[in-house]
Amino acid sequence: MDPKRKKDCHDSGESTRVASTFPDEVLERVLALVKSHKDRSSVSLVCKDWYDAERWSRTHVFIGNCYSVSPEIVVRRFPNVRSVTLKGKPRFSDFNLVPPNWGADIRCWLVVFAAKYRCLEELRLKRMTVSDESLEFLALSFPNFKALSLHSCDGFSTDGLAAIATHCKNLTELNIQENDIYDKSGCWLSCFPENFTSLEVLNFAYLNNDVNFEALERLVSRCKSLNVLKVNKNITLEQLQRLLICAPKLTELGTGSFLPELTDRQYSELKRSFSICSNLNVLSGLSEATALYLPALYPACTNLTFLNLSDAALQSEEFAKLLVHCPRLRRLWVLDTVEDKGLEAVGSNCPLLEELRVFPSDPYEEGIVHGVTESGFIAVSYGCRRLHYVLYFCRQMTNAAVETIVQNCPDFTHFRLCIMTPCQPDYRTNEPMDKAFCAVVKTCTKLRRLAVSGLLTDMTFEYIGKYAKNLETLSVAFAGSSDWGMQCVLGGCRKLRKLEIRDCPFGNAALLSGFEKYESMRSLWMSDCKVTMNGCRFLAKEMPRLNVEVMKEDGSDDSQADKVYVYRSVAGPRRDAPPFVLTL
Amino acid sequence: MPPETTSERSESDVSSAIFKDTELTLGLPGEARSPALAGSRNCTKRGFIETVDLNLGSSTSKPRGKTLADEDDNSENIVTGAGKAPAAKAQVVGWPPVRSFRKKALEGSKYVKVAVDGAPYLRKVDLETYDSYQELLKAFEKMFTCFTIRDNYLGERKVVDPMKEMEYVPTYEDKDGDWMLVGDVPWKMFRESCKRIHLKKSSEAVGLAPRSTLPPSTT
Repeated sequence: MDPKRKKDCHDSGESTRVASTFPDEVLERVLALVKSHKDRSSVSLVCKDWYDAERWSRTHVFIGNCYSVSPEIVVRRFPNVRSVTLKGKPRFSDFNLVPPNWGADIRCWLVVFAAKYRCLEELRLKRMTVSDESLEFLALSFPNFKALSLHSCDGFSTDGLAAIATHCKNLTELNIQENDIYDKSGCWLSCFPENFTSLEVLNFAYLNNDVNFEALERLVSRCKSLNVLKVNKNITLEQLQRLLICAPKLTELGTGSFLPELTDRQYSELKRSFSICSNLNVLSGLSEATALYLPALYPACTNLTFLNLSDAALQSEEFAKLLVHCPRLRRLWVLDTVEDKGLEAVGSNCPLLEELRVFPSDPYEEGIVHGVTESGFIAVSYGCRRLHYVLYFCRQMTNAAVETIVQNCPDFTHFRLCIMTPCQPDYRTNEPMDKAFCAVVKTCTKLRRLAVSGLLTDMTFEYIGKYAKNLETLSVAFAGSSDWGMQCVLGGCRKLRKLEIRDCPFGNAALLSGFEKYESMRSLWMSDCKVTMNGCRFLAKEMPRLNVEVMKEDGSDDSQADKVYVYRSVAGPRRDAPPFVLTL
Repeated sequence: MPPETTSERSESDVSSAIFKDTELTLGLPGEARSPALAGSRNCTKRGFIETVDLNLGSSTSKPRGKTLADEDDNSENIVTGAGKAPAAKAQVVGWPPVRSFRKKALEGSKYVKVAVDGAPYLRKVDLETYDSYQELLKAFEKMFTCFTIRDNYLGERKVVDPMKEMEYVPTYEDKDGDWMLVGDVPWKMFRESCKRIHLKKSSEAVGLAPRSTLPPSTT
């Protein structure tokens, strides 16, 4: 899209003249090439003709908050959509902060789509409630349906998956990621008809039951275009080896259990199968992997760009040995069982690394766990200068360490640090962790997402407001000293879209300081802060285009607004709110 | 450097003051509304036992500039942080922010450290991979190749280094922090409560007698 052209059209104000030299069909063809939804939004604001051309040519719509708009409005504006991405519940629902039956049910959307989007091909849902009935309705309503991706959804069981397998004759993608699903039985996989061959992506890594292995093997054999296969823990190494023989063109593989139960001959066969998989870019699974059989993987690791070891409790030694074989790694997810020593190996072996996520193996300290410390993070920062995305769970951190890290890696776009004990200071100096996050926002000018932790005063938020000019998402917990902190953020972060806060001393003054800003944001979440019902009512009254929803906890003070969720919407207040959600 | 925002500041101070005045709160009229006090008032509902009173004493920790609230707070007001830190080890809902599917995935392993008197390095074993004391001791045999497991005349399994003529007594630290002898409780109970293992040198000299034919008393 040529920005200059847009500008000319706008400046001249002569849209009719431009339209006559630029027929609609041509405009629509050109706009069809514009993919990014942000660019498309910009296009639609140029003039009425461009708005119309854009809406007719849009085939994919992204809705970041399902309650910000109604399905009727969407289908009216975009008549030719074939692919929909919808996100539902607030992100803190991942951590049990949102009660069940809160909403975000896909059902009402499917009913409208079934009427208006007969050609719907793709549906990607995150944090939505999806029932088995909805899945069956989906399978029966859209004859061209191709791709279903469910991420962090709830409400369905394997019966729903069976309906999809049975009826979607043109399915290319079935991606069941990280959901809370009722796993009744593994029979759903056998529901794919014998003449069904179109599958390209199959991910059932987090389902718990056994699937019929013979059915799976036949499915993989006949789907010649299959390039992504992620199986669950119940698939053994021996079964995996048989699958690899059927699908040597895989680019993404999620293994089942890596628990050794192989004879020597089986082991060499496995190693040979992996060496045939020279196209692998993504590897995950490896649950219960031990040092003994990891070497079978080495031949398959040469072209790996993404290695997800978050289900494999590896120790530093075997992890380091594996890394030697992964020189092209760009994304790495690990458990903190690899400890600092393992992270030193990352620094030494992965110069191209861009993303690192270190998850806690023992978040509730039920055993004695060392995990990782600031040293591991520092080691990675020295070796991996291209690092721009980090998610790091640790039990200790220092300001000096973070200062060093961002000096080594100034290009962070996503910096999510979780010091697991709330309100923990710098363990060496006993100071708050303010200096650390000040360094992050000052040095990392491209920062778009930030999650803070540790003991923090308002100073951190003053700095965020002053320097984090590209910040879009901010997550805060157990931090800050007063309303002033939140006011700084709302006042300073021009591009802020999502703000989620829990257990902070921010009250009504803070909430209300942003009331004009919320219309330019997707949403605000505040739980267990100091906001009152009166403050929320005031906000709701002043800003009718915002939905202000409150959930109260049992036994709390009448005046306290325990959980507040504020979001902009053109659809008005929710009509499906359960009794515990008060819309003000 | 924190920004000089005195003019913006006074505006927000005013609205903040207005709001604080009109806010319905519990408390006697004229009561100081400092964050620290407010924090302690609200703190109880979720079982947070006390506010954390952090007497940090360093000048860098004091927030620059003052809000109306700070001016009321005339005590040693340094940093009370969020004022809501939960008591140590109290489980807070949804914290740390780990997804529940991930928690389930991790439930399958329990690594504990194993120390041996005289060995320079510790090892780690995953207790979840063993179903009995027998299997565990066998694993020790593999790990510390100088050992063999012998039954002594009492039918107790002992870890023995025949080269050095040393006997090792397997002990473990339990959840209460006490050091116990391995083998007294059923295997599953041991696996639950074991935090780390220490093979201690026994003061008794090893008997080089052949293995006893008595069945082991510990399983």
